[in-house]
Amino acid sequence: MSTTGTIDPDALQLHRSYLVRYAILQLRDPHLAEDVVQETLVAAIENRSKFSAQSSLRTWLVGILKHKILDLMRRQAREPQLDVADGEDENDLIDSLFEKDGHWFAPPQAWADPEKSMENTHFWETFEQCNQRMPVNTARAFMMREFMEMSTEEICQELSISTTNCWVLLHRARLALRECLDLHWFGSTR
Amino acid sequence: MLNCKQSSELLSQALDRPITFRERLAIRLHLLICDGCRNFDKQLTFIRKAARELPRKF
Repeated sequence: MSTTGTIDPDALQLHRSYLVRYAILQLRDPHLAEDVVQETLVAAIENRSKFSAQSSLRTWLVGILKHKILDLMRRQAREPQLDVADGEDENDLIDSLFEKDGHWFAPPQAWADPEKSMENTHFWETFEQCNQRMPVNTARAFMMREFMEMSTEEICQELSISTTNCWVLLHRARLALRECLDLHWFGSTR
Repeated sequence: MLNCKQSSELLSQALDRPITFRERLAIRLHLLICDGCRNFDKQLTFIRKAARELPRKF
C-alpha cells in the first residue's frame, strides 16, 4: 500500500476517525478536532515523500497530529480567553477527598482484577468518559503527560505554569480519574 | 510522618519526577500502615498503564 512517497488518500481516510477521537480527547472540542485532523491529513499528503514505509502510517499520522494539536493550543494560549473560569480552584477536588487532618475521607478500596478490565470494551468507554469529565486544564495536563507522553518540563512550558502547579494538576487528574473509575466501574463489582 | 493527603501527593509526583531517598523512605513507612494509600498506589500504576494503552483501544 505505502512505498516511500506514495500514500493512497483512501488509506488516510481509514485513519480519520481514529485521529478525530485522539484529537477530541486532547482538545475536547469536536469541531476543533475535525479541523486539526483535516490539517493533519492535508499536511500528510503534502509531505508524503517524507513518509517511510518502514513505519506504520498511523504512527506517522499521529506524530503529525500531535504537532498540529500543540500548535493549536499555542495559538489559543495567545488569544484572550473568555471562559477563564473553569471551575478549577486548585484545591477543590483534592480537599474534598480528605479530612481536615489529611486522612482519606473514604480510603480507596482495592479494585478487583483491574488487568482483566482492560479486555473489556465497556471499561474503555468508561475510561474515556472519565477523562472527558475532568476540568479542561486538568485533563489537558494529564493527557499531555500520559497520552502524548510529554515530560513535566514540556507540559509546564506549553501551559505556561510552574512545575509545582503542574504536579498539582496531575495529582488532581489522577485523583479525579480514580474516583470516577471507582464510582462507575470498579465500585459496581464490589 | 506523612498523612494520607501528603502521601497521595508524593505517590503521584513519583510518576512525574525522581523522588528523593528521604521521600521514598517516608512513603514506604506510610504504606506499611495504610491500606487506603497502598490501594491508591496500585491504582495509580494501573491508571498510567490504562491511559497509555487508550490510544490503541479506539
